[in-house]
Amino acid sequence: MNTDTHAAHADGHHHDDGHAHSTFSGYMLGFVLSVVLTAIPFWLVMSGTLPSKQITALVIMAFAVVQIVVHMIYFLHMSPKSENGWSMMALIFTIVMVVIALSGSLWVMNHLNSNMMPIHEMTGMK
Amino acid sequence: MTVAVNPIQTGEPVFYLADEHPHPEGYSTSLGFWIYLMSDCLIFAMLFAAFGVLGGNYAAGPAPKDLFDLDLVAVNTSMLLLSSITYGFAMLTMQQNKIAQTQMWLLITGLFGAAFIGIELTEFAHMIREGATPQRSAFLSAFFTLVGTHGLHVSCGLIWLVTLMVQVWRYGLIEANRRRLMCLSMFWHFLDVVWIGVFTFVYLLGVLR
Repeated sequence: MNTDTHAAHADGHHHDDGHAHSTFSGYMLGFVLSVVLTAIPFWLVMSGTLPSKQITALVIMAFAVVQIVVHMIYFLHMSPKSENGWSMMALIFTIVMVVIALSGSLWVMNHLNSNMMPIHEMTGMK
Repeated sequence: MTVAVNPIQTGEPVFYLADEHPHPEGYSTSLGFWIYLMSDCLIFAMLFAAFGVLGGNYAAGPAPKDLFDLDLVAVNTSMLLLSSITYGFAMLTMQQNKIAQTQMWLLITGLFGAAFIGIELTEFAHMIREGATPQRSAFLSAFFTLVGTHGLHVSCGLIWLVTLMVQVWRYGLIEANRRRLMCLSMFWHFLDVVWIGVFTFVYLLGVLR
């Protein structure tokens, strides 16, 4: 049961934090991936290669999401197993909160803006 | 494992340990620190939401296109990325118990971090000199709050880094210092993750808009 894992914690002291053991190749792979994933969005925006702004925006947002995942895995050593799954649990909870708060704010405020009476109509109502 | 005994059959009292058995020091630090980072993540999410809502309100003032220099942002981003990988090297050399090399990588990380802050402050100073102050428009208020909060975090990380270098120099790579370095590692990489959001949503999408 639990006692086994605690015993392992007591004597394995260097990497007892439940994180995956970090390796040189892991860091380098993460670094190379994130350089590529950073360079492409910058290049796309600075050169304006893609035909429309909407497409460029969607593509760079997709790159950002992928890069965040890369950083999580290779730099923050996230795995479903770390801390017996509790850090993943905290992460998933946070992501749910962030998605609700971000999309909710943008959605509500956007509707508020479009339902607001335009200023020129308001001045005519005196 | 223990054999389940039915107390009614044997008539003997059964005791349960109510207190949790002792954990080694710092046993739960990394999970606790992770939960702190997640709460910090919520702070940044709210600032991103504010920027998302207010980012288009220029109040006839300067727009992102007039203000942002993407070359400078690219340099800044690479500073933070390089500091991430050098911190990774510091962690690797720490695992191999090489104090001098750990200190060297920490120093390099600190220099990259300081370069990042330096470039960001230069950018801010340039904007303020042009009249693009936080008071100018809702867009600029949200921009300075979001990017400034991130910069403040990196500055705190730098102070923490120097503190830990002194700690390692004085006490060596003892268990407590390893734990602290591991926490700072999570903090530092987390700030890099937030910066991905900043350069994508604030700078790149701002210039695109």
